[in-house]
Amino acid sequence: MVRIDRRRLLKLSGAGAVAASAGGGLAAILASGRAPAYAQTTSIHWVRWSDFVPASDKLLREKIVPEGEKVLGMKIRFETINANDIQARVTSAIQSGNGPDIIMALNNWPQLYATSLADVSDVTDEIGKAHGGYYDMCKAVGIYQGKWIGVPWAIGGGLVAYRKSWLAEVGYEKFPVTWDQWHDAGKKLKANGHPIGQTLGHTFGDAPGFWYPYLWSWGGKEVEADGKTVVLNTKETVESVKFAIALWNDCCDPGGLAWDDSSNNRAFLAGTISLTNNGASIYLEAKKKPDSYLTESGKPMKDDISHAPIGTGAAGHFALPGPFIDMVMGYSKNQKAAKDFLRWIHTKPVFEEWFTSQQGYTDGATRYWEEDPVWDIDPVLKPFRDLPNSGRLMGYAGPPSQQAAEVQTKYIIVDMYAKAVQGMKPEDSVKWAHEELVKVYA
Amino acid sequence: MTFTTLAAPTAYAGTPRRGPVTRLLEDERWLAMLLLLPTLALLGLFIAYPFVEGVRLSVTDAKVGVPGQFVGLQNFERIWNDDIFHVAVWNTCVYTAVATVFKLALGLWLALLLNHHFKGKAFTRAFILLPFIIPTVLSTLAWKWMFDPTFSVINWMLFRLGVIHSRINWLGDPHLALISVIIVNVWRGVPFYAIALLAGLQTISPELHEAAAIDGARAWQRFRHVTWPLLLPVTLVIVLFSVIQTFADFQLVYVLTGGGPANATQLFATYAYQLGIGTGLLSQGATISLAVFPVLLLVVIVQLLYIRQVETH
Repeated sequence: MVRIDRRRLLKLSGAGAVAASAGGGLAAILASGRAPAYAQTTSIHWVRWSDFVPASDKLLREKIVPEGEKVLGMKIRFETINANDIQARVTSAIQSGNGPDIIMALNNWPQLYATSLADVSDVTDEIGKAHGGYYDMCKAVGIYQGKWIGVPWAIGGGLVAYRKSWLAEVGYEKFPVTWDQWHDAGKKLKANGHPIGQTLGHTFGDAPGFWYPYLWSWGGKEVEADGKTVVLNTKETVESVKFAIALWNDCCDPGGLAWDDSSNNRAFLAGTISLTNNGASIYLEAKKKPDSYLTESGKPMKDDISHAPIGTGAAGHFALPGPFIDMVMGYSKNQKAAKDFLRWIHTKPVFEEWFTSQQGYTDGATRYWEEDPVWDIDPVLKPFRDLPNSGRLMGYAGPPSQQAAEVQTKYIIVDMYAKAVQGMKPEDSVKWAHEELVKVYA
Repeated sequence: MTFTTLAAPTAYAGTPRRGPVTRLLEDERWLAMLLLLPTLALLGLFIAYPFVEGVRLSVTDAKVGVPGQFVGLQNFERIWNDDIFHVAVWNTCVYTAVATVFKLALGLWLALLLNHHFKGKAFTRAFILLPFIIPTVLSTLAWKWMFDPTFSVINWMLFRLGVIHSRINWLGDPHLALISVIIVNVWRGVPFYAIALLAGLQTISPELHEAAAIDGARAWQRFRHVTWPLLLPVTLVIVLFSVIQTFADFQLVYVLTGGGPANATQLFATYAYQLGIGTGLLSQGATISLAVFPVLLLVVIVQLLYIRQVETH
């Protein structure tokens, strides 16, 4: 009997399978370690935050991602996690060289992981050209050494949500513009039992979202444009701290020292505060449940909410919008598929579906979306459209560098104000913060 | 005289030939080594390797995705001059010391109560373990609600009882914030102390108490001169474990305050996380984590020496 060993069998079966596979049969398939093209499904893994607009996550999960799988012929694993956990996930993925193919980044995170990300300039060039060009802040965060290290998705940011009727009660039919007007209105509001609600705690979004623009509005800044020379300890910053103490004591809810990003939403919807700097999520929640959130006169709270920019100081008024950027990870073996997916999802009809589901919670990353009909649906949300144009990034007047991220992660600017409202002399709190910045930027 | 040649004893035909591996394993030293191997591998993988990696990172300028260069003790010098680190050191020491004292006192009290016979004893013993069983993050979230500046159920209750007239800013006031996180740590840790000390109490023969009682010793004297000396070695081991765990606590503070307000509750672990993960500065995060090591080592050495002394006597 002729003995056929394993090698011989593979060769024979390979020869027989030539007709079926131009690639050289089973032997070749085994040698290549890959399934034949017709049996092979490319798979990508996309991690995003759990959206503050849950309808958008639902849309992605139930419609857009399955549609992408069909159109692109790939398997897409879509995962949402808490925003606070994304960095831990990125760190472990990069250090182990294994993990999701695309991870959503907030703020200036792409700059922290720049050398571990894939070059996606080809995708961003196409999208940028087709969509009227990216905002400068997207470029500042998304470009590293001349290359795009992430595909900007959208821009999120905060405006002041306020109760129109309560402001009108204290004589402000129009929302206060200057800080002095804020102080005047805030004092009266607090006396009426409706204080201003603002966090001074260690929380990633709302705390820097208010206190950085507040600092800038007084003319204060962390560093010069060179990104090295610390210039925080100035007369302007000290004045801003002095005013913050008065604003806090006379106008704000003292509980704000312990608030996280969701506390002001709850307080506002419960009717314990009159105004707070936030994304559009408060209004969207009130709009979603008009029968649950009511004013003291029993009317839907949504009709009593409007949005305005934070106060204007000697240097103007500013905002701290945060670009959301999809990073294609450098370790990913599916970079091409990941780029194809991002290219597809950013095509106007597909992205528009998601953008509309946000109802104005985010701005587009490119100017094209300023003209989107979504802004005409609800005038209460329209002010969010202009956020990117008044936006600055952490680390101003320098770039949004790793040092800027360190300053933010250590909450040095936020704590400068927190220490002062807790009793430290304004000059001392500014000096402390300045010295901390010098150590970071050294 | 005839000599009968004594042939060398032949192996019994039925005995299987022993291979080199079997012969090696019959040597107790090799067998012991083999049996220890899985444990050694686990210890090496999950304790020694991370520790060595931590030491390596702390003497480099490594960032996420960047291996970094050797920088000697530069990171240690940096944290030595870091105000937030100083605050974290102080907070961690206060947090550990106060929490440990309260956990021990309350745990011992609870263990003594549970050591008595009463109706529903088994149920009560299982019930008091709840704080220890529930995942820390979940129970801490519940506490966060109870301490919420606006919706605190504790404030509501105290207000209704007429104890307070304005709300207490549990997590917003720097001193109260540290007290609050200590309260939660004590709440979570007491069951561990209680059950472990209860196990210790049950090893003490009731005859000793009876003899002391016959000799006229009262309850406190019986505790002071019988129970406590016999319970001391167990107590010291429990305290040792607890101190190590409390010193390295992370989840509780991370969920409750994130280290705020203005670093009033910042601990070693939360600060290391902020720098290592939040900023990508792995080397500095590792340095802060490693800074705990000498302190803990000292605590462990002192306690182990004391335990040995107690056991010898």
